[in-house]
Amino acid sequence: MSNAKQTFLNGIIKENPTFGLVLGMCPTLATTTSAINGMSMGLATMFVLVCSNVVISLLKNLIPDKVRIPAFIVVIATFVTLVQLLMQAYVPAIYATLGLFIPLIVVNCIVLGRAEAFAAKNNVGLSAIDGIGMGLGFTLSLTVIGAVRELLGTGCIFGGRLFSDDYGMLIFVLAPGAFIALAFVMALVQKLQKK
Amino acid sequence: MVYFLIFISAIFVNNIVLSQFLGICPFLGVSKKIDTALGMGAAVTFVLVLATIITYLLQMLLNNFGLGFLQTIVFILVIAALVQMIEIILKKISPSLYQALGVFLPLITTNCCILGVAILVADGTNKLPVGADHNLLTGTIFAFATAIGFALALVIFAGMREQLAMNKVPKAMQGTPIALLTAGLLAMAFMGFSGVV
Repeated sequence: MSNAKQTFLNGIIKENPTFGLVLGMCPTLATTTSAINGMSMGLATMFVLVCSNVVISLLKNLIPDKVRIPAFIVVIATFVTLVQLLMQAYVPAIYATLGLFIPLIVVNCIVLGRAEAFAAKNNVGLSAIDGIGMGLGFTLSLTVIGAVRELLGTGCIFGGRLFSDDYGMLIFVLAPGAFIALAFVMALVQKLQKK
Repeated sequence: MVYFLIFISAIFVNNIVLSQFLGICPFLGVSKKIDTALGMGAAVTFVLVLATIITYLLQMLLNNFGLGFLQTIVFILVIAALVQMIEIILKKISPSLYQALGVFLPLITTNCCILGVAILVADGTNKLPVGADHNLLTGTIFAFATAIGFALALVIFAGMREQLAMNKVPKAMQGTPIALLTAGLLAMAFMGFSGVV
């Protein structure tokens, strides 16, 4: 049982996709204009990650080794299309904001990376736990970055106002702010991890 | 004139890396030396233009049969196959070009700026200057200009990182954080172009 717990925590803390492995930078920068956007993107990725991990670990003995990567990509792309259609139907507003970055989950290195590094070698249960752990780690870091940018840029967190709009620095909602906010959050994480 | 404006818009105003956030992985990964940055830029230009033309035509075919929702699956497979094919053909026809681009080609399949631009152009949602229609010609020019913008950002960033490597950086900022901070300043500089087109 400790193995499962370790796998779960591994994705959130030690090998956190954003801060530990530095994977999936495009959605991390592009969709974190607010905490809620970051969280939605994280959850969408988590859904794909868990489903593709489960299916791939079920199919791992059936897929010939040579065509493994294309086969993985087809599985991932299927679930991404599923997420796309579901989000279009139930949360069209969020789908419109995240836009292009939902189909781009296909090329998110985290999903293919976990399929190759974990799901292709482990059983279904552990792969699902790994997907949930990694997905939560990704969601968590996206939400934190989104919250920092939203707070500095507009004075709100999750839409709740903390200070007046007049003190918001618009630059943090725009492109350069994404890089700068992520740089400082990552530096803080590095500092804390070294201790 | 409109075609010229597409170039200015895609390279400077809506730079793919610094304002659209596509292709960040290679931007951070292969930008430690100017040489490799140039190689990656050239490989992306080559694949992006070809992929955009092919996926645009495929999208028309899919729409004809009412299968537009298969876009993501079809595009990623086509791009993966295309990259493989280009690799094989280049090896045969021009070994010198293969030598120059070879290492970067497999990396391109997971470069999100290829799939991203292909989807944007196929859906007709790419940012074009006023007066330009969304069609195959403007889409191709847009793809070419975008790739040049990608290469430009990559080369400038590599130049900055080469300088940065000689400086002392606080311990917590070493590695990715300082690179991101540099990219942030570069993005701020590129923001100066907004409103030009």
